[in-house]
This record gives sequence, C-alpha cells and structure tokens, in this order.
Amino acid sequence: MKTIRISLRRQLLKTILVVLPKVMNSAAKRAPAYAERLKQRDVVAWIGLMDGSIGRIVEIRGGRFNSRPGKSDAAQVTMKFKDVATALKFVLPGRDQGEIIHAAKNFKMAAAGPDETLVWFTQTLAMSDTASLPMGTVMPDGSRRFTTGTNGGPLFVYVKDGRILRVTPIEFDASDPETWTIEARGRKFSPPRKGLVAPHALTLKSLVYSDKRILHPMKRVDFDPDGERNPQNRGKSGYVRISWDEAFDLVAREIKRQKRVHGPGSITFPMSSHHQWGNVGYYLSALMRFANLIGFTRMAANPDSWEGWYWGAMHHYGNSMRVGVPSGYGGVEDALKEAEMMVFWSCDPESTNGAYAGFEGTPRRLWAKELGVEFVHIDPHMNPTAQLLGGRWIPVRPQTDAALAQAIMYVWVTEGLYDKDYVATRTTGFEEWKAYLLGEADGVPKTPEWQEAETGVPAKDVRALARKWGNRKVYLAIGMTGAGFGGAGRGATGQQWARSMVMMMAMQGWGKPGVNIGGLQIGVPSDVHFYFPGYADGGISGELNFNANAANNYQRMPHVLTINPVKQQVPRQQLPDAIIDGHAEGYVWDGMSQEAQFAPFTYPMPGYSPIHMIYRYGGSALSTVTKSGRWIEAYRHDSIDFVVNQSIWMEGEAQFADVILPACTALERWDIGEWSNAGGYGHHGFLTVNHRIIAMQHKCIEPLGESKSDYDIFTGILNRMGLGSMFTEGGGELDWVKRVFDGSDLPDQVKWKEFCRKGYFVVPPEKPDLRQPVDMRWFAEGRKKDLPEPSPLPSQFAEEFLEGLQTPSGKLEFVPEILKRNTADNPERPPLNRYLPSWEGMQSELARRYPLQLIATHSRYSFHTFADGKNSAVNQIEDHRALIGGHRFYLLRLNPEDAAAKGIGHRDLVKVFNDRGAVICAADVSPLVKQGVVKSYEASAEFEMIEIAGETVEIGGCLNLLTPDRSQTKGTSSMAPNSCLVAIEKWRNAQAFIAERTQLEAAE
Amino acid sequence: MSKWNLIVDVPLCENCHNCVIAERDEHVGNDFPGYAAPAAAVGDSTIRILRRVRGGAPMVETTYLPVMCNHCDDAPCLRHAPDAIRKRDDGIVIIDPAKAKGRRDIVDACPYGAIVWNGESQVPQNWIFDAHLLDAGWKQPRCKQVCPTEAIEAVKIDDADMRNKAAREGLRVLNPERGTNPRVWYRGLDRWLTCFIGGSVSAETGGIIDCVAGAEVRLIGNGVRLATAATDAFGDFRFPGLTPDSGAYRVEIDHRLGRANADCSLGESVYLGELRLSPAPATAAT
Repeated sequence: MKTIRISLRRQLLKTILVVLPKVMNSAAKRAPAYAERLKQRDVVAWIGLMDGSIGRIVEIRGGRFNSRPGKSDAAQVTMKFKDVATALKFVLPGRDQGEIIHAAKNFKMAAAGPDETLVWFTQTLAMSDTASLPMGTVMPDGSRRFTTGTNGGPLFVYVKDGRILRVTPIEFDASDPETWTIEARGRKFSPPRKGLVAPHALTLKSLVYSDKRILHPMKRVDFDPDGERNPQNRGKSGYVRISWDEAFDLVAREIKRQKRVHGPGSITFPMSSHHQWGNVGYYLSALMRFANLIGFTRMAANPDSWEGWYWGAMHHYGNSMRVGVPSGYGGVEDALKEAEMMVFWSCDPESTNGAYAGFEGTPRRLWAKELGVEFVHIDPHMNPTAQLLGGRWIPVRPQTDAALAQAIMYVWVTEGLYDKDYVATRTTGFEEWKAYLLGEADGVPKTPEWQEAETGVPAKDVRALARKWGNRKVYLAIGMTGAGFGGAGRGATGQQWARSMVMMMAMQGWGKPGVNIGGLQIGVPSDVHFYFPGYADGGISGELNFNANAANNYQRMPHVLTINPVKQQVPRQQLPDAIIDGHAEGYVWDGMSQEAQFAPFTYPMPGYSPIHMIYRYGGSALSTVTKSGRWIEAYRHDSIDFVVNQSIWMEGEAQFADVILPACTALERWDIGEWSNAGGYGHHGFLTVNHRIIAMQHKCIEPLGESKSDYDIFTGILNRMGLGSMFTEGGGELDWVKRVFDGSDLPDQVKWKEFCRKGYFVVPPEKPDLRQPVDMRWFAEGRKKDLPEPSPLPSQFAEEFLEGLQTPSGKLEFVPEILKRNTADNPERPPLNRYLPSWEGMQSELARRYPLQLIATHSRYSFHTFADGKNSAVNQIEDHRALIGGHRFYLLRLNPEDAAAKGIGHRDLVKVFNDRGAVICAADVSPLVKQGVVKSYEASAEFEMIEIAGETVEIGGCLNLLTPDRSQTKGTSSMAPNSCLVAIEKWRNAQAFIAERTQLEAAE
Repeated sequence: MSKWNLIVDVPLCENCHNCVIAERDEHVGNDFPGYAAPAAAVGDSTIRILRRVRGGAPMVETTYLPVMCNHCDDAPCLRHAPDAIRKRDDGIVIIDPAKAKGRRDIVDACPYGAIVWNGESQVPQNWIFDAHLLDAGWKQPRCKQVCPTEAIEAVKIDDADMRNKAAREGLRVLNPERGTNPRVWYRGLDRWLTCFIGGSVSAETGGIIDCVAGAEVRLIGNGVRLATAATDAFGDFRFPGLTPDSGAYRVEIDHRLGRANADCSLGESVYLGELRLSPAPATAAT
C-alpha cells in the first residue's frame, strides 16, 4: 500500500513537471503583461529531485514555456528538492507557506545558478499567480480607480492613460460595514463614512510628478572608486548619469570591498522613520532584510517621539513596552460621556493628527464642544487646535511646564482638591512629594507665585486653573495622540514635565470615569482582535529583535529569518560625532523592562570596524536631527570611503552622496497597509482612526524615468552578491503583498481577487458589549488588568500576573523606586521630581546673547520632510512657506512686540541664529505666539547653504542647525531640540538675495 | 431651475488647506477642454484661505476665511470679457481656456481677486466649482469632499429657495455692496467682520491676587449701556460682535470685591489685559 502511494506521488510530480509549462503558457494567454514578461529573456532551468531520479528541463524560449527531458548540468538554473514529498509541497496548489519556508531554510530545497537569472526565473514562475488579477475598478470616464496608503490616510488613486488623474479620500459604499455609534448625554454620535485624510496625503500626486524626482542613477563627477574619491567635495561637485548596471556593480563592489578591507560594522544604514506607507516597502521591512543580509552598524534610535515619557514618566507607572505612554483604550466613549473639561497640554492634534490619523479625531472633539465640555490649552503657541475649539489659552514659556504643573499640584494639596482615597490606596510616596511641594524639604513652597517668574503664567491664572481642574472630571490631553508624546517632552526638562503629567493624574484619580489621559484622538470602539499587521510588525524583514516580527507576523507569514550579526551600534543623534571624533556613547531604547535604559553602550565596539560607508535610505532627514550641521562635516570626513543615497527626490542630504540610486514612490510599486497601524511602535495604534481601513497599495503607474522600487534596487545589488534569491524568496513585491494578505485575518472576510479589485477592506466595528475597557479603570477599581494588550511582559508584574502596575510596588509611585535604585547619584535624574531649570533656557548665561526661545514643532501640512519642498502642493501654501524673491522660505512665527523690537514686519526675511548657525525664515507676526518665543517647524526637506555678501546662511528652513545636540539629562540618549536659544534680526542681506535671485530668473 | 451655491461655515474652517490642495490636485497636469487648462504645479491657488488674528495673549481669536470664485450672477469678469467667459444655466462661471488665452486683463476684472494667472498656459483661471466633475455625475465638488469639519457645503437649489435659506440661516455673501450677486455664501461671517473688547478681572485679598469670577461687566458706548457680561473662572469677559473702527467705548466692572473701569478706542479688537478691582463703596443706586 505504502509503495503504491509513493509510486503515485512520483508519477504526480513527473506529470506536474510536464504540465507546468502548459499552465504557464495559458496564464500568458490570459494576461498580456505576463506574455510580455516571458519575452524578456530565454532561460533554461532544471527542476527535479536532488538525486536526479526525477527531473526535467523547464525552459522559457521565444516567449513560451517548454519542458523536455534533460540533465541538470545542461541548465542555467536548477531547483532541486530533497524528495518527492518536499517537491509536491512547492508545486501543488494550496501551498502551505510554513512548509515551504521550513524546507527552504533547512536545505530540503536548493536553487542554484547565476542569481540574477535565478531571481528572474522564480519571480516569473510566481507571477503566473498574479498576472491576471483584476487590479482596481474601472470608472465611467474610462479611468481606473486604484487605492493606496499614506502617512495621512488611505486614498483612491484615479489613473488614466498611465497617468495619475487625481487622489481622493476613500468614501465608503453600501457594501462596507456599518459605523459605530456612541451615545453620550442624550446624544448619538457617528463619524463620517469616509477617510478624513491629512493635507500631505492629498499632496501625493504633486510629489509623484515633482520636478525634483531623480530619474536616473548618478555618480558624483569627481568620485573615482579606483582612484581619488574626493570626500571633501561631497555636496559641492555635480553628478553624471550612469546606468543601473554600473550603479549596481559599483555599490555591490564597494560593499564587498568594505567587508574585505575593514570588516564587519564598517557599513551603516541611517534611515528616516517616515518615508512611504506600507508593510513591504517600509524601512522596518525591506530595508531591514537587505541590511541584515549585508551586516551593519545599527543606528540606534533614541525614542524621539516619547523622550520625556520613556526616560521619565514611565518610572512612575510602567508601560515600558509603550515607551512610557498610556494606551488610550476606551477614551473616546468615556470622555464624551463623562468628562467636564479637557486640558490640552503640549497637545495640538489638529496639527499633529495623532501621527498618521489625518483629521479623524476632529469630529470627535467637535462633538465634545457641542456637549459643552470646557477646553484649556497650555502651550507657548495658541495652536490650531486651540484656535478651532476655543477655550482658555495659558501661554507658558517653553521648557517651564514642570514648574507650572508643580504649582497646580501645590494648590491641590493646600486646598484639598485631590482624590485622597485614591492617593492613599493606589499610590506610594505621596507624603515625600507633598513635603517637597510645600517646601518642607528645601524651604521653597511651590506656590503659583513661585512659578510666575519662571513660566510667565500669572499666579492668579494658575490658581483659577487648579481650582477648576480639581473640582471637575478632567481629561488631560497630551501630545500627538492626546495620550502621550508632546513637544514639551523634547527639551531639557522633558522628563520633569512628562513625570508631572502622570503625577497629576495620580492625584486626580486616574482611571475613574471621566478622569484620564486623552484628547479624543485615540480610543475609538473598533475591533482590535481582527489581525492585520502594522508597519513595525516585521513585514518581510525576517528580523526578530528590532521590530515586533516575533510576536505574530513571523508565525502568521512564515519567511526566512535574517540576522544582523554586528553588535556595534551608534546613537542616532551622535552618529556624526562617531564619525568625526571616532567615538560615541549612548543608552538603549528597549521597552522590555524599565531597567534596560540604564546600561550604556559605546562606539566603537571591540571587534568591529569603525564606520567607513554610509548607505542612506528614505528621504531627507538632516533637519530632523539636532545640531544638524555636524552631518555635513561627517559626510565630508576622510574616513568615509563611500556614500550611497537611495532617494526619490533630490532633497536634503542626497547632495552629499557619491552614488544616488533613484527610488520610486509607493504609487509606482506594490504594497499593502492599514491606516495608522504602527504595530509594535504603538500597539493597536489604529484606534486613532474612526474605521480600520486596510488598503491594497496598487502599483498605479509604472516607475517614472529609470527609477525603481526600493525592493528592486535591493534585489539588484544583492543579485551581485549571490543573495538575490535569499532576499526575494523567489517572489516580487506583489507576491509578498499576497503573503501579508494571507497572513492576516483578511482571507476570512474577503477574497484576494476582490480585495485586489476593490482595493480596501473596512473592518466591522466592535459589538457594543465587547468594546474595550477604559485605560486604567481596572487599576482605579482595584481589579486585575483587563486591557487587550500583551504588555507589560509577564515577568514585569512584581507579585501576581495582571495585578497592579509594572512598578516594583505595583502602584503609582510619586517617588519611583526604580529611579531610587538606579539614578540616586545622578543629579540630573533625581528620584524626587524636583524642578530643575532648563540648561538652555531663560536662566542660562546664554540667554543674554540669545534672548529668544525657539521651538520647532511638527509641521502641520507636511509629514516630517514628506510633502515639504520638492515644489509640492503643500509648498505652495503661504502658511507653510512664504514666497519671497522667488524662494519659498520656512516661516518663523513671532509676537508683535518681539517683531517691533527688531523692526521686523510681517513676511520680512529674518535671520534666526546662535553659535551653531544661521537660518533665514519669513516672519509671521501675530499674537498667537507668546512674547519671547519664536516658533517654527522641524523637518524641512530642503537644505540649502548659501554664501551671500560674505555671510553663510541656510535658506531651506533647517532649524535643527540651531538646536543643541546635548542629551536632556546625563545617563540618557534623549534629544532636546526645544531647548534652543536664538537671536533674530531683520536679514540685512535680504535685498542682495532678492536681487541675485531676480537676476538668476531673468537669465533663465 | 436649480443652481449651484457654496456655503462656507466660517467658525468651522481650521485652515487645514485640504480644499486648496485637492483643487490643485484636480487641475495640475490635467486638461479638461472646455472647462480648464492644466494648472501650473508652482503658483497661486484658485482657492485661498485668509487669516485674521485678533486680540492679545491670552485672549486671541483667529478666523479663517476660504475664498474662491464667487460665481457671481452679475459677474464683473463676464461683463468685461463676454467673449471668453460664460455663465452656465446652473450658475457656474467658466472662463473658457481657449478663448481666454493670453487675456491677463481678465485677472484684474474680478473685484474679489479670485482669478489667478497661470503663466505656464497663459490663461486666467478660477475655481470652476468642479463643473467637469458635476457634469460627469459627481454629487459634490472636491473641496466639500475633503473638508474634515464639514465647513463646506454645496447645494443645488433654485434661487428663491436659496434666498430663503440664506435669510433663515443668516448666510451672507462677501462685499454685497459690490452688487455682483455672489453664489458663495458664508455662515457665521460676523466672526470675520466684527471685533471684540475683552479683559481679565482680578482682585487682591489678603495680599493674594486672584481671578474674579462672576463680576458684572458693562459695555458703554456713547453713554449708552450696550451689553452686559459676566466674568468666568479666569476673570475673563468678552464683548463680541462689535464694529471695527467704531470709536470710544467704556467698560465698567462691578463685584463685591470692588470696581474697575477702562476706556478704549476700538480700531481692531482690544484685549484690555488685567483689570484690578479697587475696593469701593457699593455702587450708588441709580
């Protein structure tokens, strides 16, 4: 019986090898694109068993598949299987990806041949599955409606004759599921049935067709890999066009040379965090897979969005896996039903959009306004959220927020306006904190009068706010999600401020109805159990440690794991110093525990090479790192043999590369992604958007010029290193998209073919009685934790699993035990959160020369550098950049008094400067900014140093040239860009600049 | 005959610019013969958002006003260039991209400054209400579709109904004195046109200065009491809806802790700052 079965299966395999070409040819008949593919080249392959007992030549010749008997040594490429059982797992329909990966990584299947041919051949085989899929929907006007995903929401993309006509928000149709309703105070609320997307999302077409697109591979004219490399000329000399073959050869050769000459660690891949959307093409996905296969010195990111929370607030209550910020579960319904007041503190969701959520939170805040919820806004800028919602503005001097918070707490203590029962039963250390507030320890009571000189907030307003707050159920809205983050956390006093926020909540009964952290920006009643991975959940990376792959994606979407063997790391903010000075020290961002952050690491690390090659990927980032002028010196440093920049646009630091590889946008390649699903970076982050929308990211048009997808660029380089098939696993991007689809819960709900056609799927909302509990309610009520999050880790509960917080006491700790254990000897991180003025603030010596405080927050219209510059639609907005002398200048917002003191008028060009550099901006004069403060945006995509009349200035808007590179506190790797003193003056060379530009324009 | 009108809810405009960007997206690089030539990738937008910031810290009010072609029924541009501009039966004004080529003069014909010059195609261009899309079956223009606060509404009704609706809902047009009969209406336009007088009331008791809630504040103009307000928990009061440049006003404040008053001349909005109560005998009966 067994023999018969074996014989049948051998016969089956033989038959399949005979039939395979016919199946492929009929696929080509159905899909013209596939027929075209087959015409691209002739390949002779042999497919069979390792022992040679079964096997056939399968070849592509003249645009057709054929098969014939033959030996493997007659073929260019071979695909050999250990045995019949293994072979059938690969060739029978209904393949189990887990079995295939298991066979591949355990050498039960071996593919051999020149990598380039092998990859082309296997991708061609895979393409027969996808070539005839219906992609997008045909519209009445003959255009085809595709879908895509962006940092600001999913879109419909209308394409006609190979050109993008328009992009629009996705509007639901009758077949999409119903929308949730929240009942509050006798009213019913439901969000609009469409995506409320961000301005930068709608800007997409203008970015695709930007005249700043790089359309060909290029090499710097005076860079000779075999002779003089001229590193000193990076950013000065021009470029010459080269072919892709030359570019791939050059880059692959340099990578090999690095490994040979310098050894592991000499290459680094500094990337940007927010480039394009999608689970396949993301930096945590394809780039990580590519880099792991090469080996590299990791640029260790600092928790730039979370700084004050990770290094500070977390120690009072835990949540280390959320980098120290709260989850926000259930916050929308609770706030609408219960809250009487919302205090927005360093919180401007109308500008920061909950990161990726566009304006999805806006209607929810307008509902609160309709319900009569009162608003207060604490910010040096009367920001767009305050402008829309109204309510009291408390203009606070930057970096003094902790003093204001302490004075509020002082009033609560002295007037008994805090939850005494909660403090007694749910917290520790309050007596010590109270003694500090009352000045019993240091003789300085932290009264509203005490803080007035520091913060600029009148004592009477502090008392009024404290009393109002202490007598009401208040939602404290903080930072971009309303539940953490915030610009106030990105300065010298960021940790003090974030710690204060948690301590204030501890005094007010955090978790009780209507008392929580949130700004209606996160915590909608969606179904969190429907599984679809977010961008930090691993993608195709194969990486198991530096993203969340190991949690779900690695099992759900089996793929070959990849590992970077190099342990050497460089702290992101110190990468230029590491190159220039040859050494750097940092502290890790590791959310597994509260203690991981206390261990330092150093560069260089014994056994590894210093950095000699920079492979830069993913858009402009110069203006997102502090004191960014250091980068120019680093790029030109003698020790850097080679700089690659893989970029879509000629922007930012692309000009410092030796070789530029032109990547295409997400609209020119395949991908898949869910709106606002960051995965491991913020578990259930899609609770910021009203509907969970998972979008096919169609390849809407062919890549412009000679540009290629990042994936194809990586493949081209790795093909020259024998790693192409390892990288691709035999597939193209669309095959990976299908694997992501298969690994999610989508196949239970929608057919792949239908998903490809319609382009999006809306996850039905959670049943009303199964909605998530409210964050911290379990804690306030003394129950076991009941939130749907896998954190903190089981080991992190001090006593019983799910009982209490992550802190050693399981309680909210006013004076954290973890800090007592680890930082008691560090005067910059005192366990008792005493007020320490900013080291670059109004009390600094430096303030005499540079008397204004610069804050550069997230821009409103662009997403970091995405959609800024490049002649985009956003760039034409006068509230983003002002057109003066033919140049679009970044804005500097300042108060009329400060402007008048320097004779500066609205839209005059101003020089913003300190010892670190000088940037030219256009003045935006209004009372929206507190006196003594100037406000601009970080993340200009443009970087343009010019010399005019003997003066060197930057005119692209790179304000981070001016910010300090110092960590907030000793013993942390934490950036402090919002602690920045500057002076301003009306730019004396403005007329010379305008005259020069006018002349240039006339000459053109 | 039903015709198109646009209604903008002024207090709901938050300056997000989605309408501006969507309109650029619709026209840059796209040719819609008979409707509009391709718009330039770099240059002015046919929808703009104006800003007005009033008051002083901490009492600041910002108002945004989206402006675009008003599709006037007595359009000065149409009078100026009847050969190149037409009025459709549904009220929409179209500048013919072929006939208006090279006609820079048309830009200056609009008293609202709503026509932009496209240097690339050498044509004057307006916001065409997305007529090409409406004709193809779209139910709404793109500016309405992308507005997150629903500050924009497009309605197709007959003129009598629109006039009734405007009267009922307090909708107004910009600069009606120009007599051009715009088809773009604004709700809450007062916020754009008027200004306020505000202040913050405090008092000292036992050496401590505190905000005074519940103080009665009277606004006097020409010796007449115009309005009365009460201060909130921060001691703040505000008299909205005042006419700019309307001259001298007096603010009188009464509270059991004392009295204060202030005089001002109203050009733009005035924030009087902190007004400290002086202990005073009870107001004489009047």
